[in-house]
Amino acid sequence: MKFLAARRRSPIVASALLVGALVTVGGAYAALGAVEPAQAALAVGAETQVEKGQQLYLEGCSSCHGLKGEGTQTGPTLVGVGAAAVDFQVSTGRMPLAAPGAQAPAKTENPYSEEDIAAMAAFVAALGPGPAIPTAEQLDYASADEAYGGELFRINCAQCHQAAGQGGALTQGKYAPSLMGSSPKTITEAMLTGPQNMPVFSDAQLPVEDKQAITSYIVGLQEASSPGGLNLGRFGPVTEGVFLVTAIFAALIAAAVWIGIKSR
Amino acid sequence: MTTTSPVEKVGGATATYVDQRVGSNKFLSRNLGKVFPDHWSFMLGEIALYSFIVVLLTGVFLTLWFKPSMAEVVYDGSYVPLKGVLMSEAYDSALNISFDVRGGLLLRQMHHWSALIFIAAMAVHMFRVFFTGAFRKPREFNWLIGVGLTTFGLLAGFSGYSLPDDLLSGTGLQIARGIVQAVPVVGTWAAFLLFDGEFPGTEFISRLYGVHILLIPGLILALVTIHLMLVWTQKHTQFPGPGRTNDNVVGYPLLPVYMAKAGGFFFIVFGIIALVGGLVTVNPIWIFGPYMPDQVSAGSQPDWYIGFLDGALRTMPNWESVIPGVGWTISWNILIPALVIPGIIFTLLGLYPFIEAWVTGDKREHNLLDRPRNAPTRTALGMMAISFYVLLWVGGANDIIAVAFDLSINSIIWFLRITLIVVPPLVFVVTRRTCLGLQRRDREKLLHGYESGRILRLPHGEFIEVHQPLSEKDIAVITAKHDYAPLPAPDKADVDGVRNKRYRAQMLRHQLSEFFYGVNVPKPSAAEIEAGQHHAAHDAAIEAPLHEYEDADQIHTFHGGVLHHPGMAETNAEQLQQEQRS
Amino acid sequence: MSDLTTPQGNPDGHGSAPAKLGYSPVADIPHKPRATDTDPKAARRAERQVASMFLLSMLFVVLFVVAYVAIDKTSVVYIPVMGEVGASNVALGFTMGMAILLIGTAAIQWAKKLMPDVEVVQQRHDMVSPKRATLEAEANYERGKEESGFVRFRLIRRTLIGAMVLFPIPLVVMLRDLWTPTEYTEGKSPADLLSTTLWTGGMRIVADGTYQGEHSETDSGGEITGEPVSPDDSLAHRPIRPEDLPVGGLIAAIPLDLPEVEHAEGNLNARGKAAIILVRMEPDEIRSQQGTGWDVEGILAYSKICTHVGCPIALYEQRTHHLLCPCHQSTFDLADSGNVVFGPAARRMPQLPIGVDEEGYLVALSDFEEPVGPSFWERG
Repeated sequence: MKFLAARRRSPIVASALLVGALVTVGGAYAALGAVEPAQAALAVGAETQVEKGQQLYLEGCSSCHGLKGEGTQTGPTLVGVGAAAVDFQVSTGRMPLAAPGAQAPAKTENPYSEEDIAAMAAFVAALGPGPAIPTAEQLDYASADEAYGGELFRINCAQCHQAAGQGGALTQGKYAPSLMGSSPKTITEAMLTGPQNMPVFSDAQLPVEDKQAITSYIVGLQEASSPGGLNLGRFGPVTEGVFLVTAIFAALIAAAVWIGIKSR
Repeated sequence: MTTTSPVEKVGGATATYVDQRVGSNKFLSRNLGKVFPDHWSFMLGEIALYSFIVVLLTGVFLTLWFKPSMAEVVYDGSYVPLKGVLMSEAYDSALNISFDVRGGLLLRQMHHWSALIFIAAMAVHMFRVFFTGAFRKPREFNWLIGVGLTTFGLLAGFSGYSLPDDLLSGTGLQIARGIVQAVPVVGTWAAFLLFDGEFPGTEFISRLYGVHILLIPGLILALVTIHLMLVWTQKHTQFPGPGRTNDNVVGYPLLPVYMAKAGGFFFIVFGIIALVGGLVTVNPIWIFGPYMPDQVSAGSQPDWYIGFLDGALRTMPNWESVIPGVGWTISWNILIPALVIPGIIFTLLGLYPFIEAWVTGDKREHNLLDRPRNAPTRTALGMMAISFYVLLWVGGANDIIAVAFDLSINSIIWFLRITLIVVPPLVFVVTRRTCLGLQRRDREKLLHGYESGRILRLPHGEFIEVHQPLSEKDIAVITAKHDYAPLPAPDKADVDGVRNKRYRAQMLRHQLSEFFYGVNVPKPSAAEIEAGQHHAAHDAAIEAPLHEYEDADQIHTFHGGVLHHPGMAETNAEQLQQEQRS
Repeated sequence: MSDLTTPQGNPDGHGSAPAKLGYSPVADIPHKPRATDTDPKAARRAERQVASMFLLSMLFVVLFVVAYVAIDKTSVVYIPVMGEVGASNVALGFTMGMAILLIGTAAIQWAKKLMPDVEVVQQRHDMVSPKRATLEAEANYERGKEESGFVRFRLIRRTLIGAMVLFPIPLVVMLRDLWTPTEYTEGKSPADLLSTTLWTGGMRIVADGTYQGEHSETDSGGEITGEPVSPDDSLAHRPIRPEDLPVGGLIAAIPLDLPEVEHAEGNLNARGKAAIILVRMEPDEIRSQQGTGWDVEGILAYSKICTHVGCPIALYEQRTHHLLCPCHQSTFDLADSGNVVFGPAARRMPQLPIGVDEEGYLVALSDFEEPVGPSFWERG
């Protein structure tokens, strides 16, 4: 500290101290801000799956989507959205919605078990015909053509989700989410149901084989190694520019300063 | 003469041989001892030069494998997710370089990173030259050449970005074509001629290739050569300091120190580029896929140096006029951001040294650099321009920013539409005031010495901060400031009542000069400085015993404090006298 | 300038640079000797440092060659912080970078520690030429002017200027054939070409795609000889029935003839104009469209090429019916004639009138009624 005290008037040391202080405060803030998510344990004694689903629906969803799924001012109708929509929205944590906003964000924690979700899906499916939860066979992309999926991805998906699947901005604060954490089931359900502002890609538009190909390409993107080294998040030239300014120029100017300093 | 090794003998013989034919020893005799001043900021231009050399070197390697052709092929290389995809030969060969030529990806990434560094280094070098006033007489031409180099740098970068024919580069070309097409009268034809017809055509990549690997690098090389020759003959500028005047240059001789440092720095820049090329991905073209005119990726951005242009395009309101009757279309929404704004930026940049010289009426040669604070108006203008540029840059990244910070792109665009007008003048005012504040502090330092940060409590309870005299270096640096006076207002008529025909031009010049030099904190006179430093030395003398002796409390008072009352000693010396008397 | 900054001109004894070379050490910069100046041990240490950096550099060159030969170009390696990265690129870049960087740091260290660090002074000279040279130059110029007779021979002077002005014209004229019309564009002006697309009445709308698959036929040079092949069950290039497209759905589509035309013309020009998107909304959600009855049961066809500067756009928000351009954020409302609601685009998105043919497939009713893509001078 004596060293620091002696040099604290030097601008370099002063900025280092300032940065240090900011990092400390920020870190403490982040640590305190991480509030434990509420775990809602639901005990339901329904007899059939649909009845259990109805029970859960009435407790968790009906305030916005209406008692019979007819929709209200605050939530769209669920008649005809199908089991796939319920499975997508609830298992990704998008529903139930924590607070109204431009868009329902995905959350890692959701209060429902797989059984609960299946029950609610069964209930909503019973409200009107809609896409069912895709079967394991539908989701199996093992024999799909990845390169073909790539082209379909660039035609149908990249304009919103970005070529590397990193997501992108839509209007008025909405966004197409990153696909890096999406499972084949989530990807397929999203295509089938068109959640929120995403267009629908039914099996008549993109047959099962095409969806498998797209899934295969997205999984490929998720698992891809980075041939060129650090991938900078694959956001394109913006992050490259930031890296250029912050890292490369820091190194180059540090070298220049080192050359300029007199040796002792 | 010390011992001469066989190598030196051969070297000497060679030098003689060459000298007899080209007279090179005359040059060497004058220049091996040439003095170069040393400062880290003088190396920014070197970064630009060295990264350009790396661009050339890696570019030559890339030409060995790259095929600038838009002929369609089906990919069959080792990158599986594109196998069987229809693409141009250009993209196919760029993928081949990335995946099937060992070290090819390294070369591509080094080429791209060094190009990004080249343009960025030119920009920061230009900032350094601008803010220190290094563009002043006799260096105006070199400034102009620098502006030309920056322009060609942008063209070189954009043409290179467009060559691989991936989805990102093709989108960039489509935008470039849209801009050309918006030019009044000739735009449509110009676009057809450039692209051999409609977009995307089959010729553009090969045409661009010639421009990218021959025309622009040739022009850059020519300009760089003149740039360096001028630096050489005019000798480098230097910052003020002890022993440094406008008529000398203080530093290290070319041989050996400067040569070792500059040469070593080349290898450092080259090495850093190679490391970054090996460790950090740039432009992963395989991710974007081949270019198709009906496909696009979210977050399509240009490289950083075109970002300001893209930002301007994004921020511009949608104005368009059609001339009634003839039906001619003027796309203000494209012309203003893509041609008018960059046109103004580069014209003002090029003309700035001449404008400033005219406004200030300054015809002296300047080899001693200004400290930015000592030219507050120039510094403020520069910061204003930079803030405008940075805001456009933010505009170019607005979609990425929107996603990263959970904002709405619409709000960001509206924010920028307003701040682009409001913020630059604000930055001007704040910068100028800051500069004046710093000038005031410099004046204080000269008059009262350096604030040591040490607080003394005097026996009667007063607290003082001890001032210390400035070092010789600090005095030299601060006193190098030149106080300019604004040009006087012109007379409407001379004493004989003859009307002054150039009154309006002179009045404008007077007003601009007033704008430039109207604000200034004058430097104290030599006598005042002498007194001030003496004064501070006095302060320091008071403090010394406090550190050295236990009986520091013998010093009872101090001059200049609010608690000072009649009868008390005015100075330390007086105090001691009083004590001795008592 | 105060006298504080004037050099005294007396060498201080640290490094006595010969005044003959035009410079001398600055007297009043206090020069503190370095450890390597006073301590022979420190100097030895610095020498060893520099030499070992050069040595290490050589070692890295050897490692580079080893990496080039030994590492497979497709192999992947896990590196903490970076994740899974291409082994070859990282190894080659690292070894090459270190080899070069070490030369640089060694040279600088050498200069800083072992070469003299006394700053020296050299005088500058004004840029302006000596008066005598200027006078000589003037005299030579006058002589040349006189001897050439440039002033006397008025006719020669004027014709010379004329010739100099005209001689670059051939160079400019030759640029005209930068665009040579093909058999498909013969006789059409640029404005004509920009105003028409491949769409005609009755042209079927098919799903977009160019994928060749692994079985497409190519000759040895990689040129495609066979017809484009798509996987059997794919909808690419398949016609579309209204019932294929649910409400909220989106299909990127092209004219049926496009692949054939592209093949014949050998370029992607037709695609750059004809690409469309089909979207479907509830018929009562359509507030307006560019022509009456241009939809089919709520299915609308709009150009995919932005009217701003031509980016393809398909960021369709199915609830707001907004179409957003990813390049410059122009936003169009497809439920309201494709009008601009935000951003720099000045023109609405052109709509393609569509209907259904006797087999029940979607077809265009005609070409676009206004030019697609960015504005141009003659557009009107």
